[in-house]
Amino acid sequence: MYRYDEFDQKIVDERVTQFRGQVARRLSGELTEDEFKPLRLMNGLYLQLHAYMLRVAIPYGTLSSRQLRMLAHIARKYDKDYAHFTTRQNLQYNWPKLADVPDILADLATVEMHAIQTSGNCIRNVTSDHFAGAAADEVDDPRIWSEIIRQWSTFHPEFSYLPRKFKIAVPAAPKDRAAIKVHDIGIIIRRDASNALAFDVYVGGGQGRTPYVGHLIGEGIAAGDLLAYLEATMRVYNQHGRRDNIYKARIKILVHQIGAEEMRRQVAAEFAEIKTQGALALPQAEINRIKTYFADPPFDVLHDETALLAAQKKQSKAFAAWHDINVAQHKASGYAIVTISLKPIGGIPGDASADQMDLVANLAERLSFDEIRVSHEQNLVLAHVRQRDLFDLWQQLDKAGLATANYGLITDIIACPGLDYCDLANARSINIAQAVSKRFADLDRQRDIGELKMKISGCINACGHHHVGNIGILGVDKKGVEYYQITLGGSGDETTSIGEILGPAFGEAEVPDAIEKLVDTYLGLRQSGERFLDTYRRVGIQPFREKLYAAH
Amino acid sequence: MPLIKHNAFVENTFAHVADDEALPDGPIVVSLKRWQAERETLAARNAPLGVRLSSDQSPEALGADVSHFALIELEFPKFRDGRGYSWARILRQRLGFTGEVRAVGDVLRDQWLFMSRCGVDAFEVRPGTRLEDFRAALAEQTVFYQPASDRIRNVLDLRQSRTRAAAE
Repeated sequence: MYRYDEFDQKIVDERVTQFRGQVARRLSGELTEDEFKPLRLMNGLYLQLHAYMLRVAIPYGTLSSRQLRMLAHIARKYDKDYAHFTTRQNLQYNWPKLADVPDILADLATVEMHAIQTSGNCIRNVTSDHFAGAAADEVDDPRIWSEIIRQWSTFHPEFSYLPRKFKIAVPAAPKDRAAIKVHDIGIIIRRDASNALAFDVYVGGGQGRTPYVGHLIGEGIAAGDLLAYLEATMRVYNQHGRRDNIYKARIKILVHQIGAEEMRRQVAAEFAEIKTQGALALPQAEINRIKTYFADPPFDVLHDETALLAAQKKQSKAFAAWHDINVAQHKASGYAIVTISLKPIGGIPGDASADQMDLVANLAERLSFDEIRVSHEQNLVLAHVRQRDLFDLWQQLDKAGLATANYGLITDIIACPGLDYCDLANARSINIAQAVSKRFADLDRQRDIGELKMKISGCINACGHHHVGNIGILGVDKKGVEYYQITLGGSGDETTSIGEILGPAFGEAEVPDAIEKLVDTYLGLRQSGERFLDTYRRVGIQPFREKLYAAH
Repeated sequence: MPLIKHNAFVENTFAHVADDEALPDGPIVVSLKRWQAERETLAARNAPLGVRLSSDQSPEALGADVSHFALIELEFPKFRDGRGYSWARILRQRLGFTGEVRAVGDVLRDQWLFMSRCGVDAFEVRPGTRLEDFRAALAEQTVFYQPASDRIRNVLDLRQSRTRAAAE
């Protein structure tokens, strides 16, 4: 994975010193909270319902064991022994003290980490495919390009006061595991007819109160021109994005208002000029320098352990289930990709204790080339595990409550922190995730239901991605009472679709029954081999609506 | 308002002239609207001329006319309104403007550095601003990843030099 050179390190170190000064000015009263707000927000520090919240960047979701141990250390030393992994592959501490934050950032800087641009109206942490470097279907490691974009966008002087926040996602496989079409910019890396890398740039996707699927604006951009094209897109947005209404300020609204064709024309004009100036052309030497950091780890030449695994699965039914559900195929034979679920039945999606983080760090060091991934689905991934080590790994995880076999199933729920923490929320999310998880705790039942992506947001900002949930739940406030609106048919993969609202919202206690009715309706309608989403797309919303509201 | 240019306090020699006000002698700043309405008269004056652009006015409206101006003021009505950063870059890079680009309005200490990188070289500052604070704010970051409108060597340049030095 990428390692800082002296320049990367100095940028982060200078930032720590700068923020220490800003906090000192705030604590001395030289800065009012109003004046301090934009400064702390540029550094991922929010003021939540009960306390400050610090959001730490995990660029494209990749961590070393040393980094994960530092995150655990910070949770113990400055917080309440746990932290929360988010849908943007970041990590949040919910209880830091303002006076401690400069020290936390200094600790992070010792392991090449920071909280730069994890909030504010700037280009946020770049996200990517959590199976990068391990998936058989990718054309290049997308983290090379994510890192190049991370550097270009860090402290970009022109784009730090955009109309609104800006999110970029970069996968490099036909299977979209990064939900790119609901990002401000989603980039798909592919190979063109001459086998050169080509970048398809989708612009204007997003969730929030007006969800849109992104449009293909830049097609087949050459590798060396990638930054020039992104700068052109950002400049068009910075000039013309709306600033009169924060709900209409995202680039998706601009694209929707002027149309994809006009957006394409404006970006092309800027692009032509930036390209002519040449300063942003990416030198091949720099691409190569970054590429070397993402070379394959030294895989052993192995054969698939079919017989061994079959025997182990026979020995333990629990291991067999976990293997079937949480282990994915690796590009190298004899290896496997392991998803560590952070969704124990009845637990809080995405939370991990300091001890669990330490354990995963140790296991990654021993069994997965010292590398951990954070997925946007709020799980952890060990991307390069020898098949022969899987049983050992599973036993270690199981002891720590980290072997829940539910990847992609109905209890693998995405949920935002909701009203338990967030001052934007209208309703709690965690309570609903816990209740649904308990209702569907039975693993055989979950497996019978099959892939079902359930996503919960506590407000219309949609941090819990409910618009792209096969079943999405949105918390709303009706005269001080929490209600939950259900959408169906959303999807965040390469067939991205926005979910459709079923009907009137449900009270907290009614939600598990409602979900159960929807699932039963699907089970009654499904044809052989269909997932929930497939059945929904075949039959539409009406049968679900009829079943759900029949009794009302 | 005090004015800082090139790291020092300087006197503002330009007078602001409202759209309905008679043109005085000496250096003046007018609105874009007035420039467009009275272009010939204003261009014929024998004194430095400035124009003030509000945050929704792109300097592209001036086009090649930028050569008539000694000063272009960019207005920041709220510090959150970041259009001026793009206007400054367009002025410096697209329109080749070499005169003074001055940031006026709601500008925070912690924004001076980025504005300066975008090509702003003069700042109206709040009364009481100390020069050492200005200098300190501009020196808080010394390493930059991306090219902008300043002449600072960015990390890409520095890495290429390092590679060359290593090869020698």
